[in-house]
Amino acid sequence: MARTTTASAGQGPAPRASDVLETWNGEPVDARAVPVHEPARFKEIVLAAHRGGGRLAALFGREDGEGGVLVTAVLADDPEGRLALLATRAADAFPSIAAELPAAQAFERELAEQWGLRPEGHPWLKPLRFEPPRREAPDPFGRADPRATLPGEYPFFRVEGEEVHEVAVGPVHAGIIEPGHFRFQCHGERVFHLEIVLGYQHRGVERLLRGGPDRRSMALAESIAGDTAVGHGLAYAKAIESLSGMAPTARAMSLRGIGLELERVANHVGDLGALAGDVGFLPTASYCGALRAEYLNAVAEICGNRFGRSLVCPGGVKHDLDAEAARALAARVRAAWEKTRRAASLMFESPSVRARFEGTGTVPTALAQELGMVGPAARASGVDRDVRRDHAFGIYRFSHVAVTTAENGDVLARALMRLLESERSVEFVLDQLERLPGGPSRAAPGPLAPGALVVSMVEGWRGEIAHVAVTDAQGRLGAYKVKDPSFHNWFGLAMALRDGQISDFPLCNKSFNLSYAGHDL
Amino acid sequence: MIDILKFRLGYGNQTVAFPDGPPRFPARFRGRPVVDPSRCEAGCAACVEACPTDAILDPGTAAMRVDLGRCTFCGDCAAACPPGALRFTGDHRLAARSREALVVSRDAPVLAEALDQELRRVLGRSLKLRQVSAGGCSGCEAELNASGNIQFDVGRFGVQFVASPRHADGIVVTGPVTENMRLALRQTWEAVPAPRIVIAVGACAISGGPFAGSPVTCGGAAAALDGIPVDLYVPGCPPHPITFLDGILRLLGRLK
Repeated sequence: MARTTTASAGQGPAPRASDVLETWNGEPVDARAVPVHEPARFKEIVLAAHRGGGRLAALFGREDGEGGVLVTAVLADDPEGRLALLATRAADAFPSIAAELPAAQAFERELAEQWGLRPEGHPWLKPLRFEPPRREAPDPFGRADPRATLPGEYPFFRVEGEEVHEVAVGPVHAGIIEPGHFRFQCHGERVFHLEIVLGYQHRGVERLLRGGPDRRSMALAESIAGDTAVGHGLAYAKAIESLSGMAPTARAMSLRGIGLELERVANHVGDLGALAGDVGFLPTASYCGALRAEYLNAVAEICGNRFGRSLVCPGGVKHDLDAEAARALAARVRAAWEKTRRAASLMFESPSVRARFEGTGTVPTALAQELGMVGPAARASGVDRDVRRDHAFGIYRFSHVAVTTAENGDVLARALMRLLESERSVEFVLDQLERLPGGPSRAAPGPLAPGALVVSMVEGWRGEIAHVAVTDAQGRLGAYKVKDPSFHNWFGLAMALRDGQISDFPLCNKSFNLSYAGHDL
Repeated sequence: MIDILKFRLGYGNQTVAFPDGPPRFPARFRGRPVVDPSRCEAGCAACVEACPTDAILDPGTAAMRVDLGRCTFCGDCAAACPPGALRFTGDHRLAARSREALVVSRDAPVLAEALDQELRRVLGRSLKLRQVSAGGCSGCEAELNASGNIQFDVGRFGVQFVASPRHADGIVVTGPVTENMRLALRQTWEAVPAPRIVIAVGACAISGGPFAGSPVTCGGAAAALDGIPVDLYVPGCPPHPITFLDGILRLLGRLK
């Protein structure tokens, strides 16, 4: 990475171009060509890249074939649209990066949990999702039986003192939502600290994807987070296509873009309704709840499923649209957006709603950067980051979607992101429907290249989805890493609550609307 | 305020006509599959090779069946079968009272039977449910949420999702039930006062769905709640809100 070489004075030898393997979104590389460093040097290079503006997009382990673990880092250079890969080998421990680079904290906890690698000096070493270890090794958390540990069975961070109290919520919540446990340390109404325990949703997705691709793989990818079926499905399909050396047709790329943007709009509009509901502004809550269905049904007009399942497949899309259907769909989306815009503005024009949203759950820009936040939650905090522009893929290489940011990083900013991004997505969808490229919409991908690695990134509605696929010598998926945007952003939610009121929590939670299943895999 | 009222007047009634009128679905909606083994070519198992969840049983024989409890309604089997031995209809009625009733052959409708008279007397006009997501990807959860919105409005039948199991008459389970949720699910069920019912929603909660066989999941609600009967299975991935409504109303004897 060009930007990394300048900013490492006094921190050991400066990274050289040969320290990393450069690639970009969807470009496969020879897995053996990824430079392997000593752990200390690995840390230096990652930190130097971070100081130079680079970002840790993924950090994951896989078997090195000799009883140890190969830890691979994916560094993103967003302004340049490049990715850099580097690796280190570890047997039982490695020097933690998280103290200097908080964005690494969850990745390192994952490495400890999955592979029994102890990150030396990690400031917050706790299990991440309470999954059984993937190899025989002493438990880095000192548990007697990691397989028998339930989520939440660990020492919570506790505040003690007069009138300090603890509030525990979950895993089963009041509404129809996924399970997670929230532990608040409060002084009166004021939240000193919120600790979020996840893992209840762990289904073993990565393990089930290993050994593929097979007839189940696509259904699994679409189930990583059911509200992001197109996003994760597309990341998977893109990875398979890259590894088999094929590119989807222009028509397939366009239809995928339509699906991805409709998914974004459906979720964003649903979130606007949920935010309105949380502050008791019922008109927008009712209308947006129902209008969300317009976009879900628009997706179903293409593929028969309201959540975009069975839309994408490796090689293209499973369903095409004729000219007549495309016109009808455009008319439908246009009409729905006209209503949505009005329903949402009722809320944004209401002084009482704005007063409740403004200044609640603030995540300052520097903090969002530090935590490596992504998606609308990051953009609401002024972090200008979007895979569709920075690491453009598919149709986004030809048709651009303008990226919107806000400054305040509060609930109002996150709500506004939903509205503004939806508007741009609708414009994009209408534009694509008007000029769908001709030709076929599906081709068959060939066999996968053996010993190859690819990073496949997609801007889902919550932010950056990154899948890393590594094939074995037979061209099967030997390792498959999934990173949902929520993986970065859950800590952002915890920090948004600091010094806030405990009654702000439902509102803050809705304004992030993160995925439990996507985090827990 | 005036703007809000003006908008409201222009918005009209949003609630679907179902069950008094016919439900409306997108043209490509995939409902109950229909099997016609006479169209199978000898030795062909293309549908089975396309199915992500092993939902097709005895392909190519007169006994060919589809297990709706496993089916994700992806349509890949039908696409792999040009002769049309398998095709999907627009029939949204999929819910059943027993696991066996979900295994369909030929072209017979699936209609859930009503609860017995005593339970219908207790729950028929007011059914409060506690939802437990136990590994659900949020697809089923989203559709259950939608069933309460102004479009589907399950509340008009006295059915409501409540915040506490203590206030509930039953639980609605989604997801394959992860090992990490098995205990919480059981405890939620135990906290519901009797008489209580269990409803499994979605392929994952019925059979494990695409996660069947994963060592960190239980393979559905029935397996996780060992010894506790499931009263209603609602297939789909996720089930359409109308399918859920149909199942609930039939269970309560309010739709025949």
